[in-house]
Amino acid sequence: MDFQILFEQFINGITQGSVYALLALGFTMIFGTLRMVTFAHGEVYMIGAYVGFEVIRLLHPSFFLALAVAMAATALLGVIIEILAFHFLRDAPHATSLLVTIGISILLVNLAQLIWGPETKALPYSLLDRMDYGEIEVGGIYISYLQMAVLGVTVLLMALLYILINKTKLGMVIRATAQDYEAAYAMGVGVNGIFMIAFAIGSMLGGVAGVLIGVYYNLFYPTMGGLYGLKAFSASVVGGLTSLPGAVVAGLIIGIVETFSVEFGASNFRHLFSFLFMILILLFRPGGLFGGRELIQARGD
Amino acid sequence: MSNALRQILANLPYLAIIAIMAFLPLVISNQYYIQVLIFIGIYIILTLSLNLLNGYVGLLSIGHAAFYGIGAYASAKLAMEAGLPFPLAMLGAGAVAGVFGYLIAKPTLRLSGIYMTLATLGFNMIFFLILQNWMSFTNGPLGIMDIPAPSIFGYAIESRTQYYYLIFFLVLLTIVSMHRLMTCRFGRALVSIRENELAAEAMGVHTTRYKIQAFVLAAFYAGLAGSYYAHFVKFVSPDSFYIYESFILLAMLAFGGQGNLIGPVVGATVLVVIPEVFRFMQEYRMLVYGGILVIMMLVRRQGLLGGRNYSLRLPWFDDQQKAVYTRGDKFLPEEEVD
Amino acid sequence: MSLLEITNVTKDFGGLEALHDVFMQINEGDIISLIGPNGAGKTTLFNCITGTMPPNSGSIKFQGAELVGLQPHEVARRGIARTFQHIRLFNRMTVLDNVLVGNDYKGRTGIFSGLFRPPRVGREERASKEKCRDVLSMFGERLLPRLNQYADMLSYANRRRLEIARALVSEPRLILLDEPTAGMNPHETQGIVDLIRWIRERGHTVVVIEHKMKVVMTVSDRIVVLDHGEKIAEGTPDQIATNKDVIEAYMGGRQRAQTQ
Repeated sequence: MDFQILFEQFINGITQGSVYALLALGFTMIFGTLRMVTFAHGEVYMIGAYVGFEVIRLLHPSFFLALAVAMAATALLGVIIEILAFHFLRDAPHATSLLVTIGISILLVNLAQLIWGPETKALPYSLLDRMDYGEIEVGGIYISYLQMAVLGVTVLLMALLYILINKTKLGMVIRATAQDYEAAYAMGVGVNGIFMIAFAIGSMLGGVAGVLIGVYYNLFYPTMGGLYGLKAFSASVVGGLTSLPGAVVAGLIIGIVETFSVEFGASNFRHLFSFLFMILILLFRPGGLFGGRELIQARGD
Repeated sequence: MSNALRQILANLPYLAIIAIMAFLPLVISNQYYIQVLIFIGIYIILTLSLNLLNGYVGLLSIGHAAFYGIGAYASAKLAMEAGLPFPLAMLGAGAVAGVFGYLIAKPTLRLSGIYMTLATLGFNMIFFLILQNWMSFTNGPLGIMDIPAPSIFGYAIESRTQYYYLIFFLVLLTIVSMHRLMTCRFGRALVSIRENELAAEAMGVHTTRYKIQAFVLAAFYAGLAGSYYAHFVKFVSPDSFYIYESFILLAMLAFGGQGNLIGPVVGATVLVVIPEVFRFMQEYRMLVYGGILVIMMLVRRQGLLGGRNYSLRLPWFDDQQKAVYTRGDKFLPEEEVD
Repeated sequence: MSLLEITNVTKDFGGLEALHDVFMQINEGDIISLIGPNGAGKTTLFNCITGTMPPNSGSIKFQGAELVGLQPHEVARRGIARTFQHIRLFNRMTVLDNVLVGNDYKGRTGIFSGLFRPPRVGREERASKEKCRDVLSMFGERLLPRLNQYADMLSYANRRRLEIARALVSEPRLILLDEPTAGMNPHETQGIVDLIRWIRERGHTVVVIEHKMKVVMTVSDRIVVLDHGEKIAEGTPDQIATNKDVIEAYMGGRQRAQTQ
């Protein structure tokens, strides 16, 4: 096998994988704290992508401005979702909340269709060119600026998240709430606020992933969240639903495997890998790679 | 008064409804209305089948459209490639869907609730992707065309009215069979699992086995509906069985209510009729479904008619049973009653 | 004759040891009370017996056959029924249906017979309903007039009674009652005491978890005392009433633990 091609595909895989990792991180953040699944996560990602699209198109073709605005927008969206689906339904059976997130997911997709139309949109190349400063050459293969930006942003965010969760007081409070929200409540933690924050952070990560993928492939369409959202679940489950490092590792693995599968001819079926891994993990090591043999319980189970 | 006569009189309201629905095509000449009624029928069967899982057993299956699609494609292929006559193709479609129901249920039901839910969603997605990509078997996004019209023992079904009577018969079959199942030991077991799974286990109910059985049953009915759909529209494509189709069923149950036989019927009827009545809303159809899910869960989570049993049965003809107690309360000294 | 033999049962929840090396033997026709301070492991022991939460080690033999490793529904089918500390009724099922489920495991109606209803099904249902009415009639006018009411509409005491009826209807050899008089006034409590004696007269063996000492002392053949997952005493009511370890466990045990 040509080493150059392998390496190139590896870079592609890591790039794709790191976005999956971001998405899965966001989902794990939410599930880890609230112990509930949100089906609207893919759509938050999609909204982030479109926000980035509009920022680049209308304001200024700056990658980082798009990221910043998308982060703010999706964080806000996350808080709204938390309020609608979880805050008001603390006492309800958990299926009720899940159904609300499904409803929100449908609403978001159709809102996007109404606002931006169902067809696939792309940024005009003139704008893209202004954002793309070319590529660098490493060992005979080319890594584009965009790829480095994607990787760079991802690594940066993961580092920031790590610091937040493990080194700050807020992070400690979040971890406490994640482990036992009733005990945290008894200790005076504003648990409702923590849930909103966790949702905001998780959604923000999804929004970033949206901008990254949207600009990277230059494809924006309302249903882009569907498949990606499901892959986020899968990666999260594979890594271990409450494990942040697990989400990262799983996302990267899935990205690499998918990319290499295209190389080896299974291109149409590459989407199946994430689901396949999830099924395998659930059958043999239900807690995930970083979790263990015990299944991780969701609230209400 | 004989018991049979008593039963007929007590069920008069139901018989009246059935009679009305049976005579409807004779008074309605507008073919479009008949078609709407047919789709109401299809969705009634679909929502009733999902109601078995989500309403009676208390699971949360969100990928039910996969079994609908399996039934549709299976029936088409059985009729067109295996040359099976329609009744066999339909039963075969139901059976194939049931088998897949078993394959999904067996490994996932022993995991806790949310994983099963994710698995149903994943399965729907995988099914859709396979439909789209396995060109040689499913013809991919182009779908399968020219599916033959149903023909039952030589009697060909061609006109809308004939199709109506076929779905009418299937809906009746579905409702009656489900009523029978839910009012016997099987139904009690399912509801006991929903109400308190731990206690049900402690009372000897093999919860996993019943959950799997319910799953297979639900898949079977959905497969039947899929088969009808395939031979009615005469064309199937992957787009009809995407996860949104599953979500539509969820919205119907959320609106009409689940856990009894009337809620899903109402939910299916209203949510099929509304987009037809408000034709200008066609593009906003899914928006309405999504909104209904959110609003119903926040405002009335049991749906319109969920949460309890409703009955149109007339109680006037039942024997007045006097309560005869074989022994007094031995366990409290003579005094006040609660 | 030995009905239930619990040997060396240990159950820990990843660090918290709920039961340690518990040994108990229950003979047919016994009424045994299981007492101890809160958190002593009493309900955990019930859970181990019924298979809801299998022990980490040890053996539980019922009529000579090992129970550990069986699923809860298999344990129930062997003839062991139970009630729960925090009443677990089927809330949106009728009183009659609740009790029917208790007897249902003996039936044989499944999907196909439920659909096609051969005569056997009707007979089975009628016989089952008769049994249910019979069991419910033990409570006189409390539950029988309410056969078609949903269980969540019943008063608290009636809910406890319904749960007991549901456990009794299958005529189990061994009945485990978890705090059956919790929340009842002395009047109702006395009714339960009489009920327990009556159950034994009909041939069942009863193990009761109780906190009300008056109940425990009057109804038990033998009392087993647990504390912090260990059996600290076993004996007749008189023996237990004067047992120093028991008194300390309920009164001064905390001091003992603190000084160690």
